[in-house]
Amino acid sequence: IQRVFFVSNKSVSDAPITQFVNCRILRDHKLQREDLWVREGRILDPEKLFFDEQGYADEQVDCEGQILAPGFIDVQINGGFGVDFSQDSQDVAAGVSFVAKNILEHGVTSFCPTLVTSPCSVYHKVLPQVKVHNGGRHGAGVLGFHLEGPFISEEKKGAHLHKYIRSFKSDPVLKLKEVYGSLDNVAVVTLAPELNGSQLVVRELCGRGITVSLGHSVANLSQAEDAVKCGASFITHLFNAMLPFHHRDPGIVGLLTSDQIPAGRTVYYGMIADGVHTNPAALRIAHRAHPAGLVLVTDAIAAMGLPPGRHTLGQQVIEIQGLHAYVAGTKTLSGSIATMDMCVRHFKQASGCSVEEALEAASLHPAQLLGIEHRKGNLNYGSDADFTLLDDHLNVSATYISGEQVWRKER
Amino acid sequence: MKLIILNDYDQASEWAAKYIRNRILLFQPGPEKYFTLGLPTGSTPLGCYKKLIEYCKNGELSFKYVKTFNMDEYVGLPRDHPESFHSFMWNNFFKHIDIVPENTHILDGNAADLVKECNAFEEKISAAGGIELFVGGIGPDGHIAFNEPGSSLVSRTRVKTLAKDTILANAQYFNGDWSKVPKMALTVGVGTVMDAKEVMILITGAHKAFALYKAIEEGVNHMWTVSAFQQHPQTVFVCDEDATLELRVKTVKYFKDLMLVHNKLVEPLT
Repeated sequence: IQRVFFVSNKSVSDAPITQFVNCRILRDHKLQREDLWVREGRILDPEKLFFDEQGYADEQVDCEGQILAPGFIDVQINGGFGVDFSQDSQDVAAGVSFVAKNILEHGVTSFCPTLVTSPCSVYHKVLPQVKVHNGGRHGAGVLGFHLEGPFISEEKKGAHLHKYIRSFKSDPVLKLKEVYGSLDNVAVVTLAPELNGSQLVVRELCGRGITVSLGHSVANLSQAEDAVKCGASFITHLFNAMLPFHHRDPGIVGLLTSDQIPAGRTVYYGMIADGVHTNPAALRIAHRAHPAGLVLVTDAIAAMGLPPGRHTLGQQVIEIQGLHAYVAGTKTLSGSIATMDMCVRHFKQASGCSVEEALEAASLHPAQLLGIEHRKGNLNYGSDADFTLLDDHLNVSATYISGEQVWRKER
Repeated sequence: MKLIILNDYDQASEWAAKYIRNRILLFQPGPEKYFTLGLPTGSTPLGCYKKLIEYCKNGELSFKYVKTFNMDEYVGLPRDHPESFHSFMWNNFFKHIDIVPENTHILDGNAADLVKECNAFEEKISAAGGIELFVGGIGPDGHIAFNEPGSSLVSRTRVKTLAKDTILANAQYFNGDWSKVPKMALTVGVGTVMDAKEVMILITGAHKAFALYKAIEEGVNHMWTVSAFQQHPQTVFVCDEDATLELRVKTVKYFKDLMLVHNKLVEPLT
């Protein structure tokens, strides 16, 4: 990547302007041969710059013909590189920072650290410690916590611990405050909509701008639709921890083609496209039924990013073999360890979708889900300049946040 | 005049671009000596712009010391509208070359005082020392820029109401809906272009053939404003075969025979 410097122009804002040339950018759902202009961490409209300010670039960066795509956004990640966000014993802020720094390599520029079903003490201690903040050289930006639980179904708890699962009781909104404490740094909450009182909770959370997701649930389609009408807009790892699709009651899966979704709203759904947690045929069914709603998530556990072999993580011993993480000595899967860029590549290969669709499933769609597409998840003028450079096989070669290079592959 | 006849659109575009390139290079522009170029918009010059971009990108030609003056702009169309001439010039030319933004000049169709804007444009041209080479096209009704039939042949930059013919011809850029085409425009006058040291008119396609015939084989007439250039000492008309369809065989043969000589003008300079 070469740089060429021009004599600095006196623009309206004295901030330097960088022009990324020789790249194919993802804009308006297509890869196009266009330059990307950045100033003060945001994407700049070069035509306005030219005519309004008579400005031009201070620096040009040659992208060597690579793809330039919006940075990936991971809305479900439980940890990685040995760090588990839900472990009470750890210094959460340090753990989140460590993971944030290391996922830059996977092209992730923003994420939602996820907490599985935990005791109240964990929420009260952890949530205030990590605020929503932008990324940079220090690591990917934090968009807010994803609280996966504890208001979930006992029957579909998956790997969550039974003793911390809760219901809403008589005053659901009060229970919410009691269990979680402050909701200031929360972006997403996963709950089971069949629980009594859930509708009040869904409305309360949506009213605060928090995305409500349905998951770890035995809800039927009708209960799921009611939750959507109250504002729920996401499905946590589709197919996993919910009733299987049945042709007379499709359950939560039926939301993908439900006709009860209020006009103008979209139901998004998370998919762990690691080739392990969902059969590729199931991935294709979901994708073909509702392509616009597909959101790639890693749902990564602490073992993600660790080399193959045995690792002791908290109370467990995990064995990593390729893309599988087993409870050591067994064939029981202990969670996902695929990285986001691996998920994007696998999704493209398994679904046969276009490069643009694969990239959008990890950037535009999560941004739309969280209601932040006015500044993230795309390369529109005015959006934050969070992006990656990728080769034609969608391997990340460099990651940028606010226009600054924050990670680069070794040559 | 020199009438340059090439086989097709691509060849005509390339010839024109090479001519412009050579003119700029021979002038040897520098920080004290800018080359002033008048420029058109529309589908005709697109091929020529593409070639000029190519020469710029491969290092043959720099626009660092070139000043440009566009012929016209619609009135009342937002500057960032995809069909404004500002957008056209940015997307098809300026964004691909190394021109300095303050050296480009396009009339502002949203200026508060349009007359003042037109007069100021004329002053900018004078301040730049006049235009070295003005490149233009021709409308099917024989107009140059938006100097519609009936425009004075000594006119200056001013506001013009567009003729029905012109609006219909431009409807293709507004989804075929001619009610969306702006009805007024700011345009350089015939006189303004005549003041240039040299004028090059690009004319391609059979639909322009009749206008070309009227412009060069009939008399000077304000109904076919391009005919004014019969009285300019240095005019070059660059066309393709189709544009010559309404000319006399004798005219075409004469100028085709001259191509041997005229082609020397576009040879690469060493």
